[in-house]
Amino acid sequence: MQLTLEGVTKRVGAAMHLYPLDFALQPHAVTVLLGATQAGKTTLMRLMAGLDVPSQGRVLVDGDNVTGRPVRERNVAMVYQQFINYPSLRVADNIASPLKLRGGLDRATIDQRVRELAAKLHIDPFLDRLPAELSGGQQQRVALARALAKEAPLMLLDEPLVNLDYKLREELREELSALFASGDSTVVYATTEPTEALLLGGYTAVLDAGELLQYGPTAEVFHRPQSLRVARAFSDPPINLLAGSVVSSGIQLAAEVPLAVPLAAAKTLADVTERSVTVGIRAGALRVQAQPGDVALTGRVELAEISGSDTFVHVAAAVGPLVAQLTGVHYFELGAAISLYLDPAQLYVFDARGALLIAPAFPGAR
Amino acid sequence: MARIDLDLAHSYLSDPKQDSDYALLPLQMSFADGGAYALLGPSGCGKTTLLNIISGLVRPSHGAVRFDGADVTARSPQQRNIAQVFQFPVVYDTMTVADNLAFPLRNRGVPPERIKTRVGRIAEMLELSGQLNQRAAHLAADAKQKISLGRGLVREDVSAVLFDEPLTVIDPHLKWQLRRKLKQIHHELKLTLIYVTHDQVEALTFAEQVVVMTRGRAVQIGTAAELFERPHHMFVGHFIGSPGMNFLPARWWDGVVETAGHTLRVAPALGEVLRAAGEFTLGVRPEYVRLADASAEGALMAEVTQVQDIGTYWLLTARVGETLLRVRLSPASAAPQVGAKVWLEVLGPHTCCYDRDQQLIATGSESAAGGASG
Amino acid sequence: MKPINQKAWWLVLPVFICVAFSAVLPLMTVVNYSVQDIISPDRRVFVGTEWFAAVMRDEELHSALWRQLSFSLAVLAVEIPLGIALALSMPARGWQASLVLVLVALSLLIPWNVVGTIWQIYGRADIGLLGAALAWLGVDYSYTGDATHAWITVLAMDVWHWTPLVALLCYAGLRSIPDAYYQAARIDGARRFAVFRYIQLPKLRGVLMIAVLLRFMDSFMIYTEPFVLTGGGPGNATTFLSQYLTQKAVGQFDLGPAAAFSLIYFLIILLLCFILYNWMQRVGTADREGAGHE
Repeated sequence: MQLTLEGVTKRVGAAMHLYPLDFALQPHAVTVLLGATQAGKTTLMRLMAGLDVPSQGRVLVDGDNVTGRPVRERNVAMVYQQFINYPSLRVADNIASPLKLRGGLDRATIDQRVRELAAKLHIDPFLDRLPAELSGGQQQRVALARALAKEAPLMLLDEPLVNLDYKLREELREELSALFASGDSTVVYATTEPTEALLLGGYTAVLDAGELLQYGPTAEVFHRPQSLRVARAFSDPPINLLAGSVVSSGIQLAAEVPLAVPLAAAKTLADVTERSVTVGIRAGALRVQAQPGDVALTGRVELAEISGSDTFVHVAAAVGPLVAQLTGVHYFELGAAISLYLDPAQLYVFDARGALLIAPAFPGAR
Repeated sequence: MARIDLDLAHSYLSDPKQDSDYALLPLQMSFADGGAYALLGPSGCGKTTLLNIISGLVRPSHGAVRFDGADVTARSPQQRNIAQVFQFPVVYDTMTVADNLAFPLRNRGVPPERIKTRVGRIAEMLELSGQLNQRAAHLAADAKQKISLGRGLVREDVSAVLFDEPLTVIDPHLKWQLRRKLKQIHHELKLTLIYVTHDQVEALTFAEQVVVMTRGRAVQIGTAAELFERPHHMFVGHFIGSPGMNFLPARWWDGVVETAGHTLRVAPALGEVLRAAGEFTLGVRPEYVRLADASAEGALMAEVTQVQDIGTYWLLTARVGETLLRVRLSPASAAPQVGAKVWLEVLGPHTCCYDRDQQLIATGSESAAGGASG
Repeated sequence: MKPINQKAWWLVLPVFICVAFSAVLPLMTVVNYSVQDIISPDRRVFVGTEWFAAVMRDEELHSALWRQLSFSLAVLAVEIPLGIALALSMPARGWQASLVLVLVALSLLIPWNVVGTIWQIYGRADIGLLGAALAWLGVDYSYTGDATHAWITVLAMDVWHWTPLVALLCYAGLRSIPDAYYQAARIDGARRFAVFRYIQLPKLRGVLMIAVLLRFMDSFMIYTEPFVLTGGGPGNATTFLSQYLTQKAVGQFDLGPAAAFSLIYFLIILLLCFILYNWMQRVGTADREGAGHE
């Protein structure tokens, strides 16, 4: 299914919720809507579903203008953050409800389909229970199974995992990825978490303050953010941003830290008329062991956040606040002196208006 | 302040019969005076019950709670002199921020001068000084939660301050700053702090010692590094780290380790332990699996089923027999293609071995895990 | 271009018509009466605001209005604190809670005129439980003879009838306070009164606002119970506004003044409720305002 939005806006009273956007969703693939809360993800999804009508513009399905056509007359499945099920129906009946509504299916077929879906989402032992008797994770699995049962060509998921424990989230996300890959639906998945977008792969649309900033294959958007705003929205931990100025040898950070930039990039910089730029450093590009050619940034440790697999070191550096992502568990005393090392090839450089000038080469680039 | 010793079990049923009837299975635990602890586990693991038993809001059905050796099992939170901060902000709406912070002190008849200095100090620590004269109602959620934290920390003589997932309502971007505040506060005030959470970052960042819990059982108490490097229980391996530890069923067969159709040779000391175990499980973290040359020592052949670019690293999924292994590769390395056959080193110094009860029996770097198997 | 479907407005039409017939048209009829002198069905004279002026000058109306105001304020002064106290003392859970709820709600299920009749009998000195008990205690109690006794009896009847409503509202409000607040207060070492003053009362604000408005409006329009119990007497001691109005409209058939009076009555209630509502809003939001500045 090809869903296209043309010049769509949404205004509520005097407030602009969505600025004019043109958006052609990649058919039969997962599109992640990435943005902070209030970025306009839910608004956009409601327009896609037909729950709301755009203030301006057209919504096309396979070239057909469906603007203003109510959601009932479209074939859309939706899953919400809250675990929404029919409280008085057993799990099996919950999953079966879209199949029964569709009509034309005999009981045995419905039964079999329910069993299949329940098995896929690991809720087959609970088919006879009521939703309230299940844990949060199981309830959301029921909601997902019901949405999948609809086999709608368009499936919308609005932060479906946000209310679950992180381990459950991990598990369910993987299962969902596999289900999306095996299905044929066009899937839209809203999330606030950059890592979730990367784990889901597919395509990513970055939304910020009601604007669609960039849309493309997820890895490409991540590695080549067209603007500062995209880089900021699509980095977790937040991308380190430092003010710099273009000098003959490369870029000067603050007063005393010169960065020699690689040859190819230097050419780009030579064309830049404005001298002041913003330098972006992803947390993963900073390390504590120096390698040849690295630039040292010194400062004091503010906090080391440990996630297990990673340690995020927050540093008050001479050039400004920095966050470094180190693999594994590392301890740092609060206030201890620290040197972080940076390979200049890992730099992002944005011009004064925030447009991307230089990005590091990324492995998937073709 | 006090040292807290627990030796108890708890069931919400009047007549518990089997393990699953218990919210908390029998446990013994000590919290040192002035330490920072976290109780970590998925929802329903019993961590909040344990916290409420320490605070005195719940009375354990079996056993005792001791503060500095004195049995306080029957005492109320006030009598135990405990402070507690809840998941959602609890503020007294009609009072100002300053009155909110002063409330626990006023109730205990602390002299006004003393209250003033203490409230001032806590407000400064939590960066609430500018808002002291504002009404607490209708402040933003994070400011309200800071007030709740402040009320918990304001008393100097508390036995312990307990936190029940206190950062739930805090905006993700502000969380690290509050974590930092809490750590600083612990440094400065030297209070005993016990923190309940299901979030590994919260627990590992905050606490000197983390208690990992599942199904009413405390499966390991240790530092972040210990939980990551030497999980004493398979659950800990799975729960800490994302993705969690890889597990491969294995057995000792004729002097070698057999797993997924491969035979691997191990050091004699480790072999002794594994021979005694017979069947066991190999656990290796995605961070420690390495790409190896064909037929290398300690390596298995696997088929790559998925390659994900997670920005700062490659996440590889590869099938070995029935098992899917996760591998975290550095972004600098060239990632293999889906469908490629690769050799993965699974037996190394960081590999852990677990017995049938999911307890650690040995690691690759040493033969025995110091009595971890109970 | 606005392809919004406007058909939904038709769904509102039935309600609109109902309201027009049930409220707007009768009100307009009253307005019509209030500006005419109806001598007989065929002879009517337009008198402008004359009836309004006459009604405003009516001494009896003034005293009825004061009686009414003091009665309504007394109702609030007794029923609100009593209702809160009752709600606080009700059990929170278990079968006791259900039982108490039913018992408390009992008086709400009794029709107004029956309430009047019950109290009529209840207060009689010869056979009534209350009257006889008071007589036995040596109080010369008579709600038919003594103005003060009558007034107090009507008040007691209203309190008996309606305090449960306040209690039930407060009970629901109390149940909606999360447990964490009570736990936090226990841990902060708060005493019982502090818990009430700083947690329960602020959290009951919304519910209390509804309770006050409901009880005020209702008591301001009280008619049936005192009519049954005392018939407005002795003298005019318990003749409240609506009864006075009925006397005028039905008893003396002064339709013009009665209509003018009804309109004034309606406006008084509207005005008082508006003032009350705004005042309570301000009291409640004083906290909010405080958050805006130092």
